[in-house]
Amino acid sequence: MIYREAGDFKTSYAKDQQTFPIAFDRWGYFITLAFAFLVVPFIINDYWINAVVLPFLIYAIAAIGLNILTGYCGQVSLGSGGFMAVGAYAAYKLMTGFPDLNIVFVIFLSGGITALVGMLFGLPSLRIKGFYLAVATLAAQFFLVWLFNKVPWFYNYSASGQISAPERSIFGYAVTGANALPAVSYLFCLCFVVILAWAARNLTRGANGRKWMAIRDMDIAAEIIGVNPLKTKLTAFGVSSFYIGIAGAMLFAVYLGAAEVGEAFGISKSFLILFMVIIGGLGSIFGSFAGAAFMVLMPVLLKNVMVGQLGWPTDLAAHFEFVIVGGLIVLFLIVEPHGLAQLWRLAKEKLRLWPFPH
Amino acid sequence: MSANFYFGVEVFLNGLMAGVMYSLVALGFVLIFKASGIFNYAQGVMALFAALTLVGFQNGQIPFAHLINAIFGTDLHHFGWHMPAFLAILCALGVMILFAFIVERYILKHLVNQEPIILFMATIGLAYFMEGLGDLMWGSDIKKLDVGIPQGGNIWLEEKTAFLGGEDFYGFYLDNLDIWATVLAAILVTSLVLFSQYTKTGRALRAVADDHQAALSVGISLRTIWVIVWSIAGFVALVAGIMWGSKSGVQFSLSLIALKALPVLMLGGFTSIPGAIIGGLIIGVGEKMFEFLIGAPFLGGATENWFAYMLALLFLVFRPQGLFGEKIIERV
Amino acid sequence: MKMTKLAAFAATAMTMASPVLADLVFPSLSYRTGPYAAGGIPFADGYADYFTMVNARDGGIGGVPIKMIECETGYNTEKGVECYESTKGEGALVYQPLSTGITYQLIPKVTADGIPLHTMGYGRTSAANGKVFSNVFNYPANYWNGASNAVNHILDLNGGDINGKTIALVYHNSAYGKEPIRTLEELSKKHGFKLSLLAVDHPGQEQKSQWLQIRREKPDYVVMYGWGVMNQVAVQEAANIRFPMENFIGIWWSGGEHDVLPAGDAANGYKALTFHGVGKDYPVFADVQKYVVEPGNAAGAGDQIGTAVYNRGFYAAMLAVEAAKTAQEIHGVKDITPAMMRDGMEALVIDEAKMTALGMPNFGPSFSVSCENHGGPGLGGVAQWDAGAKEWKLISDFAPSDMEVIGDLIVEDSMAFAAENNIEERCK
Repeated sequence: MIYREAGDFKTSYAKDQQTFPIAFDRWGYFITLAFAFLVVPFIINDYWINAVVLPFLIYAIAAIGLNILTGYCGQVSLGSGGFMAVGAYAAYKLMTGFPDLNIVFVIFLSGGITALVGMLFGLPSLRIKGFYLAVATLAAQFFLVWLFNKVPWFYNYSASGQISAPERSIFGYAVTGANALPAVSYLFCLCFVVILAWAARNLTRGANGRKWMAIRDMDIAAEIIGVNPLKTKLTAFGVSSFYIGIAGAMLFAVYLGAAEVGEAFGISKSFLILFMVIIGGLGSIFGSFAGAAFMVLMPVLLKNVMVGQLGWPTDLAAHFEFVIVGGLIVLFLIVEPHGLAQLWRLAKEKLRLWPFPH
Repeated sequence: MSANFYFGVEVFLNGLMAGVMYSLVALGFVLIFKASGIFNYAQGVMALFAALTLVGFQNGQIPFAHLINAIFGTDLHHFGWHMPAFLAILCALGVMILFAFIVERYILKHLVNQEPIILFMATIGLAYFMEGLGDLMWGSDIKKLDVGIPQGGNIWLEEKTAFLGGEDFYGFYLDNLDIWATVLAAILVTSLVLFSQYTKTGRALRAVADDHQAALSVGISLRTIWVIVWSIAGFVALVAGIMWGSKSGVQFSLSLIALKALPVLMLGGFTSIPGAIIGGLIIGVGEKMFEFLIGAPFLGGATENWFAYMLALLFLVFRPQGLFGEKIIERV
Repeated sequence: MKMTKLAAFAATAMTMASPVLADLVFPSLSYRTGPYAAGGIPFADGYADYFTMVNARDGGIGGVPIKMIECETGYNTEKGVECYESTKGEGALVYQPLSTGITYQLIPKVTADGIPLHTMGYGRTSAANGKVFSNVFNYPANYWNGASNAVNHILDLNGGDINGKTIALVYHNSAYGKEPIRTLEELSKKHGFKLSLLAVDHPGQEQKSQWLQIRREKPDYVVMYGWGVMNQVAVQEAANIRFPMENFIGIWWSGGEHDVLPAGDAANGYKALTFHGVGKDYPVFADVQKYVVEPGNAAGAGDQIGTAVYNRGFYAAMLAVEAAKTAQEIHGVKDITPAMMRDGMEALVIDEAKMTALGMPNFGPSFSVSCENHGGPGLGGVAQWDAGAKEWKLISDFAPSDMEVIGDLIVEDSMAFAAENNIEERCK
């Protein structure tokens, strides 16, 4: 009744093709954005920003990146952790090597460097497919982690190999380092997320996106109709790694502040991002957000309920957390194999007809 | 011959042995992938879970003791008996078969005909679930696993070969545990091959592996086959868990051995049992020899993890379906 | 979508973040799950039991009860941050994360928030320089002290001359494991021993290459910086190649009962460094029995009491309580703040009389902390494993480490950090 498309007439192709064709959706989107930019920074406390919202925003970028590669182009990758490490170490080297360089450029440049590395490791995808490719990308994961651990140049010859982000600011406000106000880092991340999500949405529905999807659906057929698999797969790897690199740079510089490659960017990170993409929904930008929210919020919520509210011992709660998250993943897949995005779509379908289901 | 040459031979032999240990884990993956097209990420956790259960039975631990104590304020720990290893292995096997039933009944049945990546994801969910469940049941502290398999360097071999390389060389070193693992792996593979060639169930298994639809149409119950396959994979996981657990004690890290099996799978092909063995041997020898010749002297060591994957990647570039995998035929 | 979700969860958060002012809050960032649980459980148990005992026996510190908040990190840095953020609002007095990775993350945060951080025997070694790191403490010993202690022990065994000997370092290939390398390199120049480095990747299930290399190269001594499953496998592999166990020395994090028990009798004679007493043979454990175990308040499963890593957690809690007492004396207030706690830690003096009064005679070295030196004197002893009796035995006194070498390294590393982050020196 409230959510409807009746009376929503389009008079041009551009309007018909817009991301949110239904007025209600469009307004919802703008209100959410306005709320996120104008209201949230003033009402949210440090704990929520530092423990939940920042990782959510940063992982959303990484999930969008992997979704471009896996969801849109059909190439399963388990190298995300390694690529995030590339972004993080690139950011560290840029920040310490060029102290005057603005942090925004640092992050975009780190993304660019990661894109190059990603394209290099994307080359085998021309021959290797499916799970073989997934396992092959693990080669990138393990090699990159080893490299950053082994070559002291990457961590400026510090004794332990830890990298720490020095303080950098925009408009006089610190965004990295310990003195950054949580609200400032939040807005900084939010800007990146909005711009990158907007870019991803428009990339995936343009010519490039359609080429990616053609390759995903059947690469031989796509080749026959004139899609160049080399170019298409490599652009997918490049764009995806660009996003993941940015996420890695922000995870290190804005969120963690210090990182060690094996621990922060290990194989479990690769799996985590893949979970987000699959749980959220392959081939959906909204799904990337939903998946990131699920994987970041769920453990925190469970922990707070079990330890904070029910007062259980922390180890029992941690074990239950595993059981519940695992159970929920399986349950979601059984109920809706196409992820949270599909559930959302179905809910909207239902809402359109509500309260008259026929 | 110089001592260095013999050292090289020793590294080679130990690489073979390590390869067998990897193959033990990889076998479980192959069995399930062949029969149901599922890339079972939970194989490593299954090994951990099986080993935990085995130790739990052996020591007479009360399952969920910690949870029960936390809820009811009791102080339970052990039943107070000590089970012989053989009996405990049988019991653990029983639990793994029960587990196979549950997986089929509550997960696989609902996911028939889904895309491979969804099935893969479901097994990841399963892995999480079992990790938590294993810890809840038996506790997350480290446990000693001892089923009577001898450990330590084989002294006989050392003495017999000590004369070979002169002063600096004191005989080939081979771990007794690894020798046992090799023997067990050989028995395991032989019996698997015999089972699938000469029994009715085995033939049904192969039929399902060849073509689900055709197998269904001649009256083979897919669901029964899946339970059987997952039970066998559970048994293989138990063997892998025993061998790896004897080395390091049973604890969380045991589940990470799955990562050592992935390059083996890639190289050998996801669908071939001999592939898992030969792939394991190639990876084992490859990574140990690389570490010996190049990694440790020139690159600062710890190269094994990535080199195994790089080696497999190299093979894949020439054979995209692995050494023994079924040829991928694509039609438009 | 995400915002509506957040709003729903906000309610949970609000109820959580209501600070209780009356108690002294000691957060325990523990890990009872994950790949390093075997070491995390006993430490967390010891840490908790000491506080329980002080509450039950003395009614808290200076009459103010202690409230310990446990938070599970799983040795994961991101969860560590979450734990830090969720507990700092409750007036946390001191953080002890038991993870080098989490420590690095918390160093800038605690400095900005004015909360002290105590990383006993781990963390950033150069934090011993109090001039640069105002809020970070790592007394009584750190990684570099450990490396020097091990070398000193080897010197003792050889009558002070190890020229031409070979020492192999088997290390966890991470920030933690790489810490001692520089110190050992300096020491090898000074004493003329040959150092060979063997990295083991996380998690360390498979170490055949490393131990075959040791068998080939026959180093005279092996020093290990391991953690988690790496320890158990290394001890087993060393026994397998029949490396003389008494020449195999682990850092304190490789010296738990759980590290040697899986190898059984083969581990007999293995040595590990320690900076605190081992075993249950101290009067204070009678109090633990009376006030903690008998009322049924023991943390965890209660089966860890007296193990090496349990004692370490116990010792850490003791130092925290003593620092809080010192803070109460300095400021004359019972209800201290994190800033006061920091002052207390900086003025902490631990001597034999104090430890005897606590029922822990000779449990740890005597030391004092100052504004310049947050690392203490770096005293360490050696314990040896007796597989028959299944217990550690202290075989040396707490002896000093080579501060000449380490001091220079600390200054160098901390100055680099100060330059990178524009920190002004304190204590002038």
